[in-house]
Amino acid sequence: MSVLASFRDSSRAAPLLERIRARETGPVALMEFCGGHTVAIFRSGIRSVLPEHIRMLSGPGCPVCVTSNMDLDRAAALAKLPGVILTTYGDMLKVPGSRESLAQVRAQGYPVEIVYSTLDALRLAGQHPDKQIVFFAIGFETTAPAAAAAVLQARARGLKNFSICSVMKLTIPGARALLDMGEVRVQGVIGPGHVSSIIGADAWRFLPDVYRVPVAISGFEPLDILASIDALLAMLEKGNADLANLYSRIVKPGGNTKAWGAVTEVFETCASSWRGFGNIPDSGLALRPQYAEYDAEHRFPIDIPDSVEHPACRCGEVLRGVIEPVDCKVFGTACTPEQPLGPCMVSSEGSCAAYYNFHQSTHTKTRHATEQ
Amino acid sequence: MCLAVPARICELRPDNMAVVDIQGTQREISLMVLDGEAAVGDYVLIHVGYAIERIDEEEALRTLELFADLSLTDEAFGSASPPLTEDDV
Ligand code: SF4
Ligand code: SF4
Repeated sequence: MSVLASFRDSSRAAPLLERIRARETGPVALMEFCGGHTVAIFRSGIRSVLPEHIRMLSGPGCPVCVTSNMDLDRAAALAKLPGVILTTYGDMLKVPGSRESLAQVRAQGYPVEIVYSTLDALRLAGQHPDKQIVFFAIGFETTAPAAAAAVLQARARGLKNFSICSVMKLTIPGARALLDMGEVRVQGVIGPGHVSSIIGADAWRFLPDVYRVPVAISGFEPLDILASIDALLAMLEKGNADLANLYSRIVKPGGNTKAWGAVTEVFETCASSWRGFGNIPDSGLALRPQYAEYDAEHRFPIDIPDSVEHPACRCGEVLRGVIEPVDCKVFGTACTPEQPLGPCMVSSEGSCAAYYNFHQSTHTKTRHATEQ
Repeated sequence: MCLAVPARICELRPDNMAVVDIQGTQREISLMVLDGEAAVGDYVLIHVGYAIERIDEEEALRTLELFADLSLTDEAFGSASPPLTEDDV
């Protein structure tokens, strides 16, 4: 589809940038709530070409990063139960828990399988009727339909050896928690594109309506992000807060009601613990009682010792947008993508990893820009 | 993690499954949570093995137009609620 390729056409970016530079808003801080945007912003070098008075902050947008150590410890304990095969998305393997990562658990000989999709986990359940397949489900609203669909399929097929350990989270209570804390001043929000494809653009109306913060739902190409920044600045310039859906090729006002319907059929909201935030009411997804037989927590009750955090790691503050990765003492020294101390350095969408991987080029670009 | 990729449906299979082409690679995915009917040739967005949304080509073109004609940005988002003037009072 060549139309889609046009969103990558860098010649279209220049007028957008010029426009952004000409906006008279004064200093502003814009936050993106999506790890995909964090990576896209770094990869494209957008940070380095923006005027200095526009600061881009990263919020708690990566589901890997916001998973708490307590939940990671629970997954590790599940993997060690006799007869259990723990399955999860690849991003989770290297995240250090209180004592060990799932990769280290696997290295001790316990079965931890990376799956690309819950479809693979279901397939494993079919192939190993003598084993219990537990799917460690992380993710936001984008990913929740895949977990719900897996439970519905397991029930339809009469699978007795498939269950889910859900630590899935909802982005809106997370965003509200961050704004309510008031630690960082956010004047505009780049709304998560794929989350919104499920819950709908209108789900973010509370930002302008309640918080008077403009929001632009954005795609993931450089042009999408520049246009979203421009739309936010246009609103700030005029002093009005509204919702702009600039990803309408994917995102409908009401989202994907079929996908969200599957989620609400299988899951209900529960309190969930977020790294850097603690417990946020109604921000998690737990299996409803009528699906208890697919709930790993219900089927395999386990006691896990108290979780501990690495004393040097400041991921919590990074996730709240309070500090930048480089403000962490161990950034790039004791903590690197090869030897991560915290999840923000593990996940490809984590802020620390994005900073680490693209910082060098950002510096070079900034230098070029100032030399000119 | 929530990254999703555009793909073209090449073949419909039983049980709500389909084969899609993602930049030259064929992959079997599920249409279970996609809203509405899907047909061969449709462009969909794939996330962790499931098609989650259709890609609307008309909307894509409209967005590109919006990006190119920047005055539209102001029209669309800059002046939704004009500040009060003396005339309003
Ligand atoms: S640099 Fe490492 S230890 Fe520091 S905040 Fe980032 S991930 Fe955590
Ligand atoms: S859509 Fe979700 S996980 Fe994906 S990049 Fe955005 S918030 Fe992150």
